[in-house]
Amino acid sequence: MPKKKSKKSSKKTAKGQLGKKKETAREKMIGQTIGYRYDVNLLPDYSRITPFLKKYIEAMGWDDLNWLEDVHMGYEEDRPAVFDRNANGWVTIPKKIKLPNNQQDRDMIARELLVKFQMSPNHPLVDLKKAYRKF
Amino acid sequence: MANLKTTEKKTKAQSMGLHSEVLTGKTQQKFFNPDEAENFYYWGTYDVDFNKRIDLDVNDLDCKEANKKIDELMSQGYGTIVIKNPQGKHSLGVGVLNKLNLIFEGSLGYFGVGSIDGPTVRINGRVGWSCAENMMAGKVVIEKNAGSCFGAAVRGGDLICKGSVGARTGIDQKGGTIIVGGDAGAFTGFMMQRGRIIILGNVGINLGDSMYDGTIYVGGKIGSFGSDAIESPMTKSDIDWIKRKLKVAEIGENFDVSKMTKVVAGKKLWNYDALEPTEKKGAI
Repeated sequence: MPKKKSKKSSKKTAKGQLGKKKETAREKMIGQTIGYRYDVNLLPDYSRITPFLKKYIEAMGWDDLNWLEDVHMGYEEDRPAVFDRNANGWVTIPKKIKLPNNQQDRDMIARELLVKFQMSPNHPLVDLKKAYRKF
Repeated sequence: MANLKTTEKKTKAQSMGLHSEVLTGKTQQKFFNPDEAENFYYWGTYDVDFNKRIDLDVNDLDCKEANKKIDELMSQGYGTIVIKNPQGKHSLGVGVLNKLNLIFEGSLGYFGVGSIDGPTVRINGRVGWSCAENMMAGKVVIEKNAGSCFGAAVRGGDLICKGSVGARTGIDQKGGTIIVGGDAGAFTGFMMQRGRIIILGNVGINLGDSMYDGTIYVGGKIGSFGSDAIESPMTKSDIDWIKRKLKVAEIGENFDVSKMTKVVAGKKLWNYDALEPTEKKGAI
């Protein structure tokens, strides 16, 4: 009964995704979600900036979100996640963090979590830096 | 011939487990820890004070010595470093991963301030080819003109040239914002993948040629559109955002942003949906 199995798996995929589920014809055909299906060109709404991000901008001496303007909340393996360019991989959001319904607010949360993750001594690059840094 | 199976000596990377992972095709999931302490700086960077200022004359130093000296000064807590007599030397101020105010009193040669992640740089002169190549974060302001490949492969941050720039500006751009107060040459935004370019003046031929994604805003005349670059309507959020960015860039105060041309990728040359490997289809 291979037909029934494939139907079940596609239902599961739909349940765990961000926002409203709208599968493209291509996704239905391959039975998988296509990453980057959020608006990567969305410009940030500065009225929704979080206090942590305000403090970060001030500490760095910048006027705006700077590199964080390109950070968005995406998803991987049916879980909300942020792409960490330094580790070159997706970092998954814990289940206990409830995400708001619009992309602007989700993106602000993604930015805050990414800064915390990248600046943490537990970041995967810290070990590499310790082992390989030349100066 | 060396037999890799019987080689007992492990490299440093192997002892850290980097070569023993089982590649199953699935992501090795990493989770955020929401209770992580508030920290704004990378591990191993220096705690610098913007109010602690020093001048550094690089007249008799080569680029390697000058860059090492900048690192030394940061380790001593200097947050504002003024470089005197750069004299068009190549590769000055590269690889700074710290918050810092870096000021160049003169012009830079090729590959100036490349691969930076965080500093605010002001260059009171011109720059050569590939200025701020691979920049990750921070702000770079150039008071005069820039050469070709300005902001090649930029990944984040604000790169501003108050004058005009050469050809292939923002080639292979992967994020961040490039702002040009004057004109830009041919093939601006060539193969750009993400990010934004704002040109207040005119642009040469083949604008946005083979661009994958991202947005280009042009205030003046366009020589010609490149392959798969198309015009798109300006939205209110575009206008508000450009006004904000121009204020940050300290240029174009009285510029009429609403009359700019917005250029995006037509996505006919490529399409992620169409590029999904057919093997996946076969797997289910």
